[in-house]
Amino acid sequence: MADMYQLASASLDPLFAAITASGRRILAPTDQDGRTELNPVTRFGQVAKDYVQTTLSAKEAVFPKVEQLLSYTLLPGKVDLVDAEPAAVPTVVFGIRPCEASGFQALDAVFNWDYRDKFFNARMEQLTVIGMGCTRRDDACFCTSVGGGPGSTRGSDILLTPTASGYLAEVQSDKGRAIVALAAKLFTPAAAADKSMLVALPAAFDQPALSAKLPAMFDSPLWAEQSLRCVGCGACAFVCPTCVCFDIQEEADTRQGRRLRTWDSCGYHMFTLHASGHNPRETQGARWRQRIYHKFSTYPERYGQLGCVGCGKCTRACPVDMNLQEHLVEASQA
Amino acid sequence: MELREKAKQLLESGEVKAVIGYEPGTQGARRPAFASSAARTGRLGFEGEQNLASYVTRKEVKRLGRVAVAARPPVLRALLQLMAERQIKEQEVLPLVLDADGQVQELATAQAMEEHLALSPQQIPARDRELMDRLGGMTRQERWDFWQGELSRCIKCYACRNSCPMCYCEHCTMDCNRPQWVPVPSHALGNLEYHMVRAMHLAGRCVECGDCGRACPVGIPIHLLTFNAEESVHAQFGQRAGASSKLDYALSTFRPDDKETFIR
Repeated sequence: MADMYQLASASLDPLFAAITASGRRILAPTDQDGRTELNPVTRFGQVAKDYVQTTLSAKEAVFPKVEQLLSYTLLPGKVDLVDAEPAAVPTVVFGIRPCEASGFQALDAVFNWDYRDKFFNARMEQLTVIGMGCTRRDDACFCTSVGGGPGSTRGSDILLTPTASGYLAEVQSDKGRAIVALAAKLFTPAAAADKSMLVALPAAFDQPALSAKLPAMFDSPLWAEQSLRCVGCGACAFVCPTCVCFDIQEEADTRQGRRLRTWDSCGYHMFTLHASGHNPRETQGARWRQRIYHKFSTYPERYGQLGCVGCGKCTRACPVDMNLQEHLVEASQA
Repeated sequence: MELREKAKQLLESGEVKAVIGYEPGTQGARRPAFASSAARTGRLGFEGEQNLASYVTRKEVKRLGRVAVAARPPVLRALLQLMAERQIKEQEVLPLVLDADGQVQELATAQAMEEHLALSPQQIPARDRELMDRLGGMTRQERWDFWQGELSRCIKCYACRNSCPMCYCEHCTMDCNRPQWVPVPSHALGNLEYHMVRAMHLAGRCVECGDCGRACPVGIPIHLLTFNAEESVHAQFGQRAGASSKLDYALSTFRPDDKETFIR
């Protein structure tokens, strides 16, 4: 059971001051020439006022687009190898939506599956998520079709829900309680949860039914048809809060080198290209099917959760409007 | 006759295997649409943004057979340039345009395409021209800083390359890993080298549709680099990509009467 508090609108400025004074970095949506980006801020006034979502996801905070894993120098008769240490700083991600907040659990499922990833975990341990419930939505949103909701607390250490006078604060974890302790007098205990300002979003398809029928749809012509307009870029995967695939790159000369981890995408033809020249996912249709299957079939089977939070970032970022919700509805009806 | 009727007719008669146009998408967007049967033509229209010529070189689309394409001027220019570069043949693609009376017209030959294009002069949109002028007025250092700032947002998703009708290479240099010419990671050097290579590769080949910039999810005006390269080829060599199906590539063509003496 979450601790519930009321937080006045005017309390966010002192709360930001208290968080900053505690040595934590705050990342929040900001408006940069019309682009909504997650950037470091110190004052609540810097936070974007009217946004549905940031373009990129907050996964950057724990899984950056490029990360050094190790470096080495070749010396006469030996190799001097240095393991990189993650630059993990205490961070509060403020104002991301409940869909995105729950995305961290999908990343966690992979980064702690059969191996504990040092880099991801070091950053997760330092991360506190203050989510913000949604009073607005757009046509790309479909969280309620995949088990989420505009007021879902999943993944948030504190979820703020806008109310007439300020915010309802639902404190979910010790990390959340640590934030409350920084400025306890700003938080007034709340008797009831007022969620009347949350936007309504009816579910668009029956996800369990879709996941159940996917295994039998592998050879359906639907995937090739849906993917005809897909240009095969990686925008969807890179903005996705749950897409976790990475590539390992070696940057080296004859004397020294470093190993880097970078984002990768199953939409690329190179993703599965074998050294022999054979490609098991030769067409964009096969790659698009993989994207759907990994999120709605493989993930539930392997990790007991979905690999999609319904945030719609992929739909908004796609240069050719590969609307994910629409494609899932179509697959549900096929 | 509207595009959907024309499309229906072409598909029913078997003249083409698919018609590529646009349809309404999310939040008022106009997105590319493929109609491969008469029953699927109901939402097709001419208005939309992605340059549809980027599809006709794709394996998945080539396999369909002859396709008709709703062709705004930048699409026509890209199709002509693809012909000049011997990537498509006249008979493989049937461009459809609206004539002055609002009728759908088939442009079955390169000559017909060139003539139609001559009716609408190629123009860089005012907003882009303004920014190009501003960049042109900057010192080298200021310009360098501007692009460093813009490219710092790049995530190397390749939406720019993959949306570009002239980026049809089956094996892009960026994907070449034996040897690895350009760093894959999206760090400062990887981003800079990628965009410089792409701009250079499009000099004299860019049809100035601006789709690379439109496709960018993080809003980098990356099309200005290829526009600038293209404008500079035009100024130096007096030709424009996409003007004709018989265009020699300015940067790899030797002419005995070249104005430069060092080349002779």
